[in-house]
Amino acid sequence: MTTPASEAPVTPRSEYEFGFHDDVEALVKLPKGLSHEVVNTISDIKDEPEWMRKLRLKALDHFNARPMPEWGGELGDIDFNDIHYYVRATDRDESDWEDVPDYIKDTYDKLGIPEAEKQGLLAGVGAQYDSEVVYHNIREDLEEKGVLFLGTDQALREYPDLVKEYFTTVIPPNDNKFAALNTAVWSGGSFIYVPPGVNVDIPLQAYFRINSEDMGQFERTLIIADEGSQVHYVEGCTAPIYSSDSLHSAVVEIVCKPGSNVRYTTIQNWSNNVYNLVTKRATAYQDAVMTWVDGNLGSKLTMKYPAVYLMEPGAHGEVLSIASAGQGQHQDAGAKIVHAAPNTTSVITSKSLSMDGGRSTYRGLLKVYDGADGCRSNVRCDALMLDEHSRSDTYPVMEIDEKRVDIGHEATVSKVGDEQLFYLMARGLSEAEATKMIVNGFVEPIIKSLPLEYAVEMNRLIELQMEGAIG
Amino acid sequence: MTPPLFEIDALQVAVEDKQIVNGLSLTLRPGEVHAIMGPNGSGKSTLANSLMGHPRYTIHGGDIRLEGESVVELAPDERARLGLFLAFQYPTDIPGVSMINFLRRAMSARRGEEIPVREFRQVLNEILGRLQMDEQFVRRYVNDGFSGGEKKRAEILQLGLLEPKVAVMDETDSGLDIDALRIVSEGINTFHSDDNAILLITHYQRILRYVQPDHVHVLIDGRIVESGDASLAERLERDGYEPFMAPAKEEVLTS
Ligand SMILES: Nc1ncnc2c1ncn2[C@@H]1O[C@H](COP(=O)(O)OP(=O)(O)O)[C@@H](O)[C@H]1O
Ligand SMILES: [Mg+2]
Repeated sequence: MTTPASEAPVTPRSEYEFGFHDDVEALVKLPKGLSHEVVNTISDIKDEPEWMRKLRLKALDHFNARPMPEWGGELGDIDFNDIHYYVRATDRDESDWEDVPDYIKDTYDKLGIPEAEKQGLLAGVGAQYDSEVVYHNIREDLEEKGVLFLGTDQALREYPDLVKEYFTTVIPPNDNKFAALNTAVWSGGSFIYVPPGVNVDIPLQAYFRINSEDMGQFERTLIIADEGSQVHYVEGCTAPIYSSDSLHSAVVEIVCKPGSNVRYTTIQNWSNNVYNLVTKRATAYQDAVMTWVDGNLGSKLTMKYPAVYLMEPGAHGEVLSIASAGQGQHQDAGAKIVHAAPNTTSVITSKSLSMDGGRSTYRGLLKVYDGADGCRSNVRCDALMLDEHSRSDTYPVMEIDEKRVDIGHEATVSKVGDEQLFYLMARGLSEAEATKMIVNGFVEPIIKSLPLEYAVEMNRLIELQMEGAIG
Repeated sequence: MTPPLFEIDALQVAVEDKQIVNGLSLTLRPGEVHAIMGPNGSGKSTLANSLMGHPRYTIHGGDIRLEGESVVELAPDERARLGLFLAFQYPTDIPGVSMINFLRRAMSARRGEEIPVREFRQVLNEILGRLQMDEQFVRRYVNDGFSGGEKKRAEILQLGLLEPKVAVMDETDSGLDIDALRIVSEGINTFHSDDNAILLITHYQRILRYVQPDHVHVLIDGRIVESGDASLAERLERDGYEPFMAPAKEEVLTS
C-alpha cells in the first residue's frame, strides 16, 4: 500500500489539490535501478532504430562519468538506484479520448484537461501518464496543413528521419548530468513540427502526470518551427503525494528557424516530493522570436534555466519566469541567453517569491560573444520575501565579450514592505488580503503575458500557496 | 452638546524609543473641522500615523476613542472599517496593483460586503469627475509613477469613496499648485457633513482659506501649545511659528 496523501510526511500542507493517485497496477514497470540492461530494455520495448539505442547507451556512460552538480540545490538525497526508470500504464497512445482507460481519464477529468480542448481553447492536446504518452490529438485543419503534434516515441516510429535530424542538436547528450540521464532513459514527451508559414493560432497543450511511486519521468520534447511559422505550446505538470521522492528530468529542445515565433509556457505544479531537474533550450535563427514563460510553483527542488541561443542576426529571445517557494521547497530557476550573432536582442524578467521558510534562487547567465556587436539585452530580476525565515538569492552572471552592446540590468530583493501593508490596511484590507494584493501586483508583469486561462490558474495556484503560508 | 465623535486623550507616542507626541489631547465633534498646524518635525505625521495604527509608532500612554470606543488595541484595517481614515502625506506606491481593483476591495472592506460592480462604477465616476480626474487614471497602478498632485487627488478620491466618520488629512495641501489645491479642497468640502469630522494637518495656512476650520491648534514638539479659532491661523501666517517656540530657543541659548 502506498501512503495516503493526508499522512505524507514530506508535504506538510494539505492544500496540494492534485495529491491523489490511481491504485492501478502498471502494465509494465521496470525494476528499480539504472544499468545498460535497463536502457536496453527500454529501447527493446520501444522497438527503436539502432542509432537511438546507441545514443542512449553512450548517454548513460556520460551520466555515470559525470559528478553530481555541486551548485544549485541539495541533490544528495536522490538515490538513483531507488527509482523505476520506466513505468507504462497502458499499451497505446490514443487519439480518441473515449479509448483512454477510464482510470486515467478520470485523473485528467479531475485536472480539467479535456475540458479545455472541448471548449475549443486549444488547438491540440497531449497527455503523458508516467512514462508514456496516452493521448494526443490535434485540430483537423492544422493536421491538414502539415502540423505534426504527437508523442516523441510515435514521431520516432513514424518520422524517424525528421527526429534523427534534430534530436540532441540543441542539447547534446553530455550537456549536463541530467540531460545525459534523460537521453539515456527518455520516454514520452511531445514532438511538434510546424511547416513554413503556418500559424497555429491557439495553443497546443500537453499535460504531464506522474502517478506511480518512486518513479522517474523523463520526457523528451522536440519542437521544430519551420521558417515563418508560429506556435504556442503549453505544458502543465502534477503528481500525487507519496512519502518518497520522485524524479522528473525532462529535456526540451526547440529549433526556431528564420522568421518563426515560438512561445513555450510551463506551469509546473508538482507535489512537494518531486525533484524537477529540467534542461530546456532553444536555438533561434534570423529574425526568429523565442519566448519561454516559466512558472514554477511545486516540487521539492527545481533546477531549471530555460535558454535561448541567438544564432543569427535579428533573433530575439525572451524568458519570463515566476517561481514561488513555500515550506520545504527550493526553486532554483532562472534563464540563460547567449548572443552568438550581431544585432540580436533579449529580455529576461524574473519574479520570485519565497514564503513559509521556502527558498528561491534566481540564477541567470547572459553571454555575448566577441563580434556580436549591436546586441541589446535587458535583465530584470526581482525577489520578494513574505517573511523573515524565507530565503532569496540572486546570481545573475554576465559574460560580455563585446564592447558595442547595450545591456541593462536591474535586480531587487525585498520583503513585503511595512509601508505597503500599512497603506492597504489603512484602507480596510486585512493583513492576509493586503499581502495577497501586494504579491499579485509583484507577479503581474508576468501574469499579464499569459493567456487568460493560464493567468487565472497561475494566480489561483499562488494564492493557494499563500493561504498555507500566511493563514 | 453632542457627544464627541473622536477623542485623543493624553496621547504619548514614541518612534524607536524616541518620544515624539507628548500627552496630546483633542476632541472632535460631528460636523467639526479641526486644523493642526506645526512646523516641520513637530510630530504631525507621527500623530497621524499613530492614530491609524502604524506598527512602527508605539503608543505608550493615553487613549484614542472613536464614538466612545477605544481603538488603540485595534489593527489599522479594523480602525479603517470602523470609519477612521488617513490621507497620507507620502502615499506608498504598490506596483502591479491597479487602482480600480484596490479601490473596489477597499470600498467592499469598508462596507463589510462586496460592492456591486455597477454601483461601484457609478460612484467612482462621479467622484473622478468632481476631482477632474480622467477615467483612465484608475487603470494605473496604485500611486506608481503618480505626480505629487495626482497622489494627493488619489487620496481625496479614496476619502470620497470610503466615506469615513473621521478623516485625518496629513499635509494634503503641500506640493499642490493653486488649481489643484482648490480642487482638492472642494473634494474635502463635498465629503464634509454634519455627521463626520475632519482633522486637517498642515504646515501652511493657505488650505484654510478653502476649508474653514472651527478650531485651530498649534503643535510644537509633540504638544498643543495653543488653540483658538480661525484667526489663530492668520496670526501664524503673519508671525510664523517663532513666537510659540520659545522653550526650544532657550535650550539653544543655554547649551
Ligand atoms: N520612522 C521614524 N524613525 C525615526 N524618527 C522618526 C520617524 N518618524 C519621525 N521621526 C522623528 O520624529 C520627529 C517628528 O517627525 P514627523 O512626525 O514626521 O514630523 P512632521 O510631520 O511634523 O514634519 C522628527 O524628529 C523625526 O525625525
Ligand atoms: Mg509630516
